[in-house]
Amino acid sequence: MALLSFSIFLPTLGALLLALIPNRDGSRDGLIRQLALGISLVAFALTLALWAGFDVNGAEFQFVERTMWIDVFNVEYYIGIDGVSLMLIVLTGFLTPISLLASWGSVTKKVKEFSIFMLVLETAMIGVFSALDVFLFYVFWDAVLIPMYFLIGVWGYDRRIYASIKFLLFTMAGSVLMLVAIILLAVLHQQQTGSYSFDLLELYALQIPAGTANLCFLAFALAFSIKVPLFPLHTWLPDAHVEAPTAGSVILAGVMLKMGTYGLMRFAFPLFPEAATAWAPFIATLAVIGIVYGALVAMVQPDMKKLVAYSSVSHLGFVVLGLCALTVNGVQGAAYQMLNHGISTGGLFLIVGMLSDRRHTRLIAEFGGLKSVMPKLVAAFLIITLSSIAMPGLNGFVGEFLILMGSWRSEVLLPRFTVVAASGVILSAVYMLWMFQRVNYGEVTNPKNETLPDLSVREWCVLAPVVALAVVMGVFPNIFLQPMAPAVERMVQRMERRPAITQVIPQAEAPVAGTQAR
Amino acid sequence: MDNLQAIMPMLIVTLAAMATMLAEAFRRKDERMPIGGLGVIGLVGAIAAAGLLWDRNAVGFGVIQADNFSLFVTVVVAVIGLFTIMFSSEVVEREGIPSGEYYTLTLFSVVGMMMMASATDLLVIFIALEIMSIAVYVLTGIKRTDAAGTEASFKYFLLGSFSSAFFLYGIAFSYAVSGSTRLDALSTAIAQSASAPGPMVWLAMGLLLVGFAFKVSAVPFHMWTPDAYEGAPTVVTGFMSTGVKAAAVAAFLRVFLSAFEPLRGDWTQLLTWIAMLTMVVGTVVGVAQTNVKRMLAYSSIAHAGYLLAGIIAASAIGKSAVLFYLASYAVANVGAFGVIAFIATRERNTGELTDFTGLWYAKPMLAVLMAVFLLSLGGFPPMAGFIAKWYIFAAAVNEGFYTLAIVGVLTSVVSVFFYLRIVVMMFMSSNKAELEVPPFGIVGTLGLALAAIATFYLGILPTRLIDLATQSISTIF
Repeated sequence: MALLSFSIFLPTLGALLLALIPNRDGSRDGLIRQLALGISLVAFALTLALWAGFDVNGAEFQFVERTMWIDVFNVEYYIGIDGVSLMLIVLTGFLTPISLLASWGSVTKKVKEFSIFMLVLETAMIGVFSALDVFLFYVFWDAVLIPMYFLIGVWGYDRRIYASIKFLLFTMAGSVLMLVAIILLAVLHQQQTGSYSFDLLELYALQIPAGTANLCFLAFALAFSIKVPLFPLHTWLPDAHVEAPTAGSVILAGVMLKMGTYGLMRFAFPLFPEAATAWAPFIATLAVIGIVYGALVAMVQPDMKKLVAYSSVSHLGFVVLGLCALTVNGVQGAAYQMLNHGISTGGLFLIVGMLSDRRHTRLIAEFGGLKSVMPKLVAAFLIITLSSIAMPGLNGFVGEFLILMGSWRSEVLLPRFTVVAASGVILSAVYMLWMFQRVNYGEVTNPKNETLPDLSVREWCVLAPVVALAVVMGVFPNIFLQPMAPAVERMVQRMERRPAITQVIPQAEAPVAGTQAR
Repeated sequence: MDNLQAIMPMLIVTLAAMATMLAEAFRRKDERMPIGGLGVIGLVGAIAAAGLLWDRNAVGFGVIQADNFSLFVTVVVAVIGLFTIMFSSEVVEREGIPSGEYYTLTLFSVVGMMMMASATDLLVIFIALEIMSIAVYVLTGIKRTDAAGTEASFKYFLLGSFSSAFFLYGIAFSYAVSGSTRLDALSTAIAQSASAPGPMVWLAMGLLLVGFAFKVSAVPFHMWTPDAYEGAPTVVTGFMSTGVKAAAVAAFLRVFLSAFEPLRGDWTQLLTWIAMLTMVVGTVVGVAQTNVKRMLAYSSIAHAGYLLAGIIAASAIGKSAVLFYLASYAVANVGAFGVIAFIATRERNTGELTDFTGLWYAKPMLAVLMAVFLLSLGGFPPMAGFIAKWYIFAAAVNEGFYTLAIVGVLTSVVSVFFYLRIVVMMFMSSNKAELEVPPFGIVGTLGLALAAIATFYLGILPTRLIDLATQSISTIF
C-alpha cells in the first residue's frame, strides 16, 4: 500500500474534486470550505498514520516507493521518510487544516480557488519532505512556489503584488543554480559509475573533486539560505509575510521556511561534508547576525505582523546555528526548533490575523488593554508568546536549549557564536513581551477596542490545538525527539565521514566548453 | 513508388491545400463553408502517414528523407497546424480575414515546414524555406486594411529575403567546396579538409548560419521578430512563432550536425555566444514590453536561445532534448496565442497588456489556461516547459557547457518576471471592470483544452515523447 504517495497526493485529488464544483456566484462557499477542511483533515489523519506506522528503530528511510520516471537520466519517483521528514510532514498536515479553518472568516472572495491552492500547496510541501530523488525534490521544491505566489498575490493585502513577485523571484533565482548543481551531480555519477543517478543515497557516496564540491555546495546553500532565510538574503520575507493572508503567513512561516533548513540538513550538508564543514563557521556567522539583527529590527516594528516576521529571521538563525554546530545536540535542537517555530510562529500569525480581522489594522499602537475585552484570546496569545520566547515548560525552550548546548560543544564553531546567540534569547523576550504588553495590558485607550468580541467557537477550534501542542511539546519533548534521533545521528555521522581530501580521485577531468566535440 | 512514400505526408497536406483553394473558388459570395475542416483532414492524414512511415526510413527522389527525425518534426508541425486551424475557426471571421486564402496559405506553409525538416539537399531546403516563408509573409499581412499588419509583413519580407540571400550564398559556397549541394557530399568534402578548412568552408558555414539564425530568430538576427509578431493577426503569430521555428531548428540541426559535423568544435564556440546573447536579449528586453504579443515575441527569441543550447550540446541527449523542447514549446506557445486571439475584439485586437486586466473575473477558465501556458513557458513544474528546460540544461551540463547552462537558468528566472506580469494583470489586478470577451465555440475550447492537456501530460509523463525523440534522432546522426 502506497500510504506515503497517498498522503502526498490526496490533497491534490481533493483540489481536483473542488475544481469540479461550480461556484461562479459564490453560493457554494460554505460547502467548499467544509469540503476543503474535511480533505485536509483526512490528509492530516494520513500523516498521523505514517507516524503510527513508523518504526523508530527500523530502516533509515521507511515507506519507500520507487518507480522509474524519466529513464534517459534515470530519474525516479523515489520517496521515503526518516524521522525528521516524518515530523515535518505531520507538521504540514497539522497546520493546513488549521490555516484553512482560520481563513473561514477572512477569505471571502474566490473561496474555491483559495482552497484549491492551499491543498495543492500541501501536496507540494509533503512532496518536498519525502522526495529521495534529488530531481523529484527539485520538482516539488519549485512546485511550491506557484500556489504560494497566488495565495499572496490574490488574497494578500495592499502591496501583495510586489511581495508575491519578490517572493517568487528571490526563491527561484536561488534555486535554479541548485538545479545546475543537481544535474552536475548526476553527470559526475555517470562519469564514475557509468549510469546517471539522482538517487540521494547513491549521491551521498559519490566522490566529488574538492573544487566542484565547493561550488555545488554553494549553489545548494544559496537556494536553501534564501528560503530559510539567512541574513542578508531575508529581505523577501517581511514583505511576503506582511502581505500574505493569514493562512499564507502561517504556512509560509510554519512549513515553507523549514524547507530551507530541511534542505540544508538533508542535501547541502551531507552531500558535500567537507565543503559544508569548511563553510559552517561562515554560515553560522550569518545565522548569528540574523539572530541579533532580526531581534533588533523586530523590536522597533510598529506592525505586529512585521514584528513576527522579523522574529522568524531571528528564530531561524537559531536553527541554522544548530545545524552548523554539526553535533548531535545541535542538529537535534535544530530539528526540534523547526517544529517549534512552526507551532509558535504559526500561532502568532493566527492571533495577529484574528486581531486584524476584527480591527482591520495590525498596528500595535491601535491596540491596548485587550486583556479586559477578550480574555480568552489574550490567554492563548500569552501562551504562544511565551512559547516563542522559549519559556521553560513550553516547546521553544527545549529546542533553543539543545541548540545552544550543541553549538557550545561544537568542534567547528567557536564558543563566541553561542555567547552572541544566547543574547538573542534575551532580545526575543524583550521584543515579544514589550509587544504583548502594549497590546494587551493597560487601559483600553482606543474606544474601537471596547466592544471587540472574544474568540468565537471556530477560532477556539483554531487556537486550542496550537496552544495544546505548544504545552505538550514543552513537557514531553521525547515524543517528538525520539523518532528524529536516529535520523539526526545519521546526519552527523555522514558529516564526520570526511575522508582524506588529498586522496586522488579517479575521474575524468571536467570538460571545457567547446572542446568536447564527439 | 518508394519515392512517393517518402513525401506522403507533404503530398496529403498539399492536396488538402489545393482542396481548400478549390472550395474557396467555388464558394458563393455569402455562403459559409467549413474550409478549415479540409485542412484538419489533410493534417490528420499527414500525421497518420507519418505514423505508418515510422522506422521505414523511406527516401524520396534522393533528396527527401523520411527518417524518424523528419517524421517527428512533421508530426509536431502538423499538430501546430491543427491547433492553428482550430483557433482560427473562431476568429477568422471576426478579424475579417479571407478564410479561403488564409487556410490555403497556412497549409502550404505547413508543407514547406515538413519539407524543410526532411530535405537532405541544400537547394531543396532552400525551396522548402521559401515555400514556408512566402506563405507566412502573406499571412502576416493578410488583413490588407490593417496598417500594422501590412507594415509587419513588409518588414518581415524585406529582412526575410535578405536572409534568404545569405542562405543562398552559403549554398553557392558549399557547392564550391564539394561540387554538390547534397548534404552527404558536403559532409565528405568537409571531413577531408577538416584539418585545415579553407576560407570557402568558413564562408559557406557562416552564411548558412546567418540564414538559419534569422529564421529561428537568434540574436543579432532577431530584429524582425517583435514587429512581425506584433503586427500579424494573433493566430498567425502563434503559428509562425512555433511552426517556423520548429522547421528552421530541424533543418539547422540536420545541416550542422551532418554536413558541418567535422567542424563542430569550431561552430559550437560561435554558437555558444549567439545562444547566450539570444537568451539574455530575449529575456531582458522582454521585461520592458507592454504589449503581450511583443512580450511573447521576445520570449520566443529567448526560447530560440534554449533551443540553440540543445544544438550546441548535441550529444544523443542534446538532440532529443531539442526535439522534446520543440514539442513542449509548441503546445504552450500556440495555446497562449490562442487565448490572446480569443479575448480580442474587433476594436481591441492589438494584445496590450492592459487588455488582460481582471480576465480571471470575467472568464476564469481562459485566465487559468493562459496561466498554465505562460507558466509552462516559464519552466514551472508540473508543466511541459519545466521538463523541456531541464532536459536541455542537463544535456548542456553533460557536455561540459557549464556557462551556457548557468546563463540559461538565470535568464529563465528573468523570463518568469514578464510571464508573471501577464499573470498579475489577469489575476491580481484590483480593477475588476468587466472585461468584454467575445463568445467562442466548441472547436476553440477543444483546442485550448487539448493544448493544456498536452502541456500537463508532457510535464508529468514525459518519458514516452522523450523515447520517441531519442529513437528519431538515433536513426540519422
